[in-house]
Amino acid sequence: MIINNIRDLPSRKGWYFFENMEFIESQLILKKGITFKGLSPSNQKEIYYGEVVFTTGMTGYIETLTDPSYAGEIITFTYPLIGNYGVPEKKYWESEKIHVSGIIVSEACTNWDHINGKSSLLNWLESQKVPIMTNVDTRELTKQLREYGVMPGAILPTNYSSNSQNKKLNYTNLSDQNLIPEVSTKIKNIYNQKKSNNKTIIVVDCGIKNNILRSLKELPLTIHHVPYNYDYTQEKFDAVFLSNGPGDPKVCIETIAILKKAMKLEKPIFGICLGSQILALAAGADTYKLKYGHRGQNQPCREEKTGKCFITSQNHGYAVDEKTIPKDWYINFRNLNDNSVEGISHKTLPFFSVQFHPEASPGPTDTKWLFEKFYDLI
Amino acid sequence: MNKLNIKKVLLLGSGGLRIGQAGEFDYSGSQAIKALKEEGIHTVLINPNIATIQTDGQGFSKSKKAADTVYLQPLNVQTVTKIIEKEKPDAIFLSFGGQTALNLGLELDEIGIFKKYNVKVLGTPIKTIRLTEDRELFKQALKEIDVKTARSIATDNITEAISAAKKIGYPIMMRSGYSLGGLGSGLIKTEEELKIRANEALHQAPQILIEEYLGGWKEVEYEIVRDSADNVVTVCNMENMDPMGIHTGESIVVAPSQTLNNHEYHLLREIAIKTASHIGIIGECNIQYALNPENGDYRVIEINARLSRSSALASKATGYPLAFIAAKLGINIRLDEIKNSVTQKTSAFFEPALDYLVIKIPKWDINKFKNAEQHIGSEMKSVGEVMAIGRSFPETLQKAVRMLNIGTQGLNDYPYKIENLKDEIENPTFRRLFAIYQYFKKGATVNEIFKLSKINPWFLHHIYSIAQMEKNITKNNLDKTTLQQAKQFGFSDKTIAKLKNTTEKEIRAKRINLNIKPIIKQIDTLAGEFPAKTNYLYTTYNGQYHDILRSKKKPIIVIGSGPYCIGSSVEFDWCAVNTARTLKKLKESTIIINSNPETVSTDYDESDRLYFEELTAERIADIADFENTKGIIVSVGGQIPNNIALPLSKAGYPILGTNATSIDQAEDRQKFSSLLNKLNIDQPTWEEVSTLSKARSFAERIGYPVLVRPSYVLSGAAMNVIYDESELKNYLANSATVSPDHPAVLSKFIQNAKELEVDGVAKQGQIIIEAITEHVENAGVHSGDATIILPPQRLYLETIRRAKKLTAKIVKALNITGPFNIQFIAKDNWLKIIECNVRASRSFPFVSKVTNNNFIEIMTEVILNKHKSKTYQTLELDYVGVKTPQFSYSRLKGSDPVAHVEMASTGEVACIGDNYLEAFFTSWLSTEQSISGKRILLSIGDEKKNKLINLIQALDEQNWEIFATEGTHKYLAEYGIASTFLHKASVDASPNITDTIENKKIDLILNIPRSNGTSNKTDGFKIRRLAIDHQIPLITNLQIAQLFLRSITELKLENVPVKSWQEFIKN
Repeated sequence: MIINNIRDLPSRKGWYFFENMEFIESQLILKKGITFKGLSPSNQKEIYYGEVVFTTGMTGYIETLTDPSYAGEIITFTYPLIGNYGVPEKKYWESEKIHVSGIIVSEACTNWDHINGKSSLLNWLESQKVPIMTNVDTRELTKQLREYGVMPGAILPTNYSSNSQNKKLNYTNLSDQNLIPEVSTKIKNIYNQKKSNNKTIIVVDCGIKNNILRSLKELPLTIHHVPYNYDYTQEKFDAVFLSNGPGDPKVCIETIAILKKAMKLEKPIFGICLGSQILALAAGADTYKLKYGHRGQNQPCREEKTGKCFITSQNHGYAVDEKTIPKDWYINFRNLNDNSVEGISHKTLPFFSVQFHPEASPGPTDTKWLFEKFYDLI
Repeated sequence: MNKLNIKKVLLLGSGGLRIGQAGEFDYSGSQAIKALKEEGIHTVLINPNIATIQTDGQGFSKSKKAADTVYLQPLNVQTVTKIIEKEKPDAIFLSFGGQTALNLGLELDEIGIFKKYNVKVLGTPIKTIRLTEDRELFKQALKEIDVKTARSIATDNITEAISAAKKIGYPIMMRSGYSLGGLGSGLIKTEEELKIRANEALHQAPQILIEEYLGGWKEVEYEIVRDSADNVVTVCNMENMDPMGIHTGESIVVAPSQTLNNHEYHLLREIAIKTASHIGIIGECNIQYALNPENGDYRVIEINARLSRSSALASKATGYPLAFIAAKLGINIRLDEIKNSVTQKTSAFFEPALDYLVIKIPKWDINKFKNAEQHIGSEMKSVGEVMAIGRSFPETLQKAVRMLNIGTQGLNDYPYKIENLKDEIENPTFRRLFAIYQYFKKGATVNEIFKLSKINPWFLHHIYSIAQMEKNITKNNLDKTTLQQAKQFGFSDKTIAKLKNTTEKEIRAKRINLNIKPIIKQIDTLAGEFPAKTNYLYTTYNGQYHDILRSKKKPIIVIGSGPYCIGSSVEFDWCAVNTARTLKKLKESTIIINSNPETVSTDYDESDRLYFEELTAERIADIADFENTKGIIVSVGGQIPNNIALPLSKAGYPILGTNATSIDQAEDRQKFSSLLNKLNIDQPTWEEVSTLSKARSFAERIGYPVLVRPSYVLSGAAMNVIYDESELKNYLANSATVSPDHPAVLSKFIQNAKELEVDGVAKQGQIIIEAITEHVENAGVHSGDATIILPPQRLYLETIRRAKKLTAKIVKALNITGPFNIQFIAKDNWLKIIECNVRASRSFPFVSKVTNNNFIEIMTEVILNKHKSKTYQTLELDYVGVKTPQFSYSRLKGSDPVAHVEMASTGEVACIGDNYLEAFFTSWLSTEQSISGKRILLSIGDEKKNKLINLIQALDEQNWEIFATEGTHKYLAEYGIASTFLHKASVDASPNITDTIENKKIDLILNIPRSNGTSNKTDGFKIRRLAIDHQIPLITNLQIAQLFLRSITELKLENVPVKSWQEFIKN
């Protein structure tokens, strides 16, 4: 990795012509000791921690930031201009709020324009108390993360008590935390309860994205949307859906235990992202942490049975370990770039899952047919 | 599906460059050939464009990936059929040669040629192509999958028009069916208005179309690739800054889209994929949308089922080699079987993620044409384009503006006065961007400009911010912060210097002292997600870390041509690519710098490092500093690199080849003239004048006609030949061409003289190789517009001997090492020098391929001192090569299609023949011309009739039906030749020229104007314009007319066997 020509970044008052906001110099300090300089709003005076990751999607910052799977992460956008179409009202979000711990961009757009826009990215972040660093060389940061793997980091003002900062920084590892209780629904919700919908599915919420719920709601099914630790196995249901969510799947002990019971009922099960890893763990396979994860909207996957390829939206830091997959299961999708497991299926029972996001939002809609496949199994 | 078993493929090129079809098809064809050769497929190419890389076939090119057989032949049904008959290819590709190849393919299919010779069409099937070309079929096909297209209803009466408009809803767009140039089309807001306008339109045209009005909608485009197993990706999307209503080729375009949210982006992407699958694209296509900014509604505008200008742009914008991939898909290789050629690890089935943005701005040359319509709209007029890469919009936009090479350093110093800003913003001209900037500086708001232009405020805000930054620079102290910000907003050192009343040198020194330097970043298709050994680079001030270290071995920099325009075209890309290839062969480390996405030189496998960058002294110095260059080659990219040789050399950068001071000595008229005087070489008398009275006295002294050349600073004003004093007065007054700041050059215009050129390469003042060519047209036609013959056919040996002698003298005096081109005027064996270019000229590919000596290869060896001496034969050839200009008059409404001293052609073609006439006529046919019958209109000025009478008699004997205007009609009668008399267009009597041409009763028009100038008010102009607008072949030059009439009366081309370049050269 080449680190040369490091230069001071002058403070840039007057940079943002359209925002009534003061900026101060700030820095990102990675656990490995690498520092990046940038600017942050002047009211951003604290230290903000998170696991620093990157995403390569060129649109969809609203969906990304409100995706609960990103809880605990400081997300770096590799596309340099973020915020171009502003922020729409809540109904377009993927959840109730921003879940990331912080965002890092090259340029936060203040001259946004869109008919659905209600505020600027900067104002939105401020109102949600989410820290931002702008004017960062996000390409270099991405390359560092690619090289050394994702790692904890902290955003803080440059003039934040400059002595022996590094020692004082109190990094925590994302894998040690269980963020699911924070992002999961607290109560059971029932949707689409109609006479015509004679089948019921359990949707296990580990931090579900709204567009998964929207996609499921389009099917003629009654939906029981339940917390991650809700034991549904004694209730009447026809299928189980396992949602996406943040962090290491291995901390989801309760969810896995309940799922194991449910699997005995041999009813259809469909998992997405974290849900896929949970299904794998429940089936007896193992998962591992990827060096820098798959986050973006251009991940190529091949369906192994048909050979057909799809572009998928992805956001995961963990993956299913191919070597540990039990004999009665098979790999149904693979990543064309690194050959990693992107989905598993049971050979005889109606269980399947995908590591990517067929609900898109953000990202391509190539695989939204998987929801119909799930429905056909029910 | 398995890979097809194909041994021999025929590829159709696109012919001469013209507006709407330019260098992008050299890129696509060249990539296709590489892809096919990699698969071991024998590749046969037909393309008369000799200046392209793709026509460097086996035997000329040293590359194993060159086409096996190259036909420099016209792209018409007769010739291609003959070649198919002879070559017996298994398959054919129609999608790499633009609309020309596509249309030709459809024609060949229709008459059953493919079936007859069992030729398989590769890639997208004919049926699909036809569907994308036929409006109704297309709409129907998209309706089947619920994809929306713009609603339109055709009618021939007012009642139906009214009900159609009601159905669609006002405002509506009305178009006249079957009319030229959008005549009678326009926006209609009320029923009242419709009644009046429809009535008018139906008087002129049999049918009108009532269409849904999409003005102000965003225009968005997606590039799609799909393989035979239905794997589909969208490689890139692009958004036009100019909303619907302006042709995408005329729009400022940004990639990726900037103002689309996730839903819109992926909705359009999904439709693109669905549509490509439904209609059965195999390979590449693009799809254009209109997107309503008010509600996200969309319409599909069109699909191009072939490589296009946009796909070339998308290729360069993303690093995804679309044409290369498309060729592989055409032989049924699957996308997931191909590697991403940048990473060499990941799959080609993916969608590039950009971590930069790209802006394309078209390059227009409309101001070079007197009377040509200046507005831009739904028809393409631009001649080239530039692409800038950066990490902020202002930075990238200002880079692109500098790349245009129109005398501006950024948005703030457009050199021409725009009188009515509001008007040019509302009714866009080619300089709307500058009008917007100037209007902001006058205090306009984003909202005001949005209302006028409908350009999305996102773009306008950014332009406004540049204007704000300009104020900051002027107002603030130029401290580190301000200077850094200025650079991040894309201001050049020169501009900053101007704003701060200091010099560029001063600013550069200060900047480097403060360590404010551009950062070098890689384009890797995956936004850094995977390691890539990519050599595709750009610079930005919006970054802190370089992606790369300087080259291990001191590299040589080759500066490319910049945007194509009239006078600088694909020939200079050919020169740059051949230079880089030779350097590679000589084991040098190479860097190419270029700004033009329509080129082969910007394929990243043509150099060790490609910098897609502006060709300014500032940026080249930045790159040279970073790379510690061994030397810079400025002599192969045409005038742009030539012009920065001196500043670079003065700043201490090593220029390879001829000394920068010698280049300057040839470029600077005054210095060159005194050199000629010293050498005792004759030149047309000239003088620099700064007032009208001086001009008048010069002209009186040497006698009219005189040639007036305005100062190059005001390149918008055209060169002209002036025949008398009143014309002189008029010309100088009108164009404000003469002032003490901008003196004009007047020179004696020599009539009835011949022109010849010497192209060559020299080493330390000694000629290594030279080729003499002869112009068919007499002096007075720009050398770029002339028809050129090699070897000369009608020159006296004495003339040739003298030309060689004078060339040797000049080459020695300038101590040339490298390429040169000298132009002579010859009258009665006496030679005068018109100009000398100490660089490769536009005829280098022509002389190289006709003589089979690669002048550029020789030149590269020479400047590296690695040339082994050898004698070359360029005069005694067994065949003749003729190069013919390709014009684009039909695209430029109102322009006068007569070649004169100011260059007007947009491209060229060349053919080789066993004799002079054969070569001339095939070359003429290669400029997309054909003669469909034996009806000719003659309208010949003055004494020129005498010189053609014999040939006209031959026409008469061969039963041509002759039409003539008054003078010509009378003259022919005297010789006993019967002709149908036609009234002038200005006379309201029948039979009239206008009706006769409009009714297509003429197959060929010979209109030779009088010598003393042309004006658009004459009847002659009207005939010429009618010819162009009705696509009737037109000849306007006496010498061409002579050759041409001989060709159509003496040649029996159908009996001449069609030969490849290789066959001509071998014998």
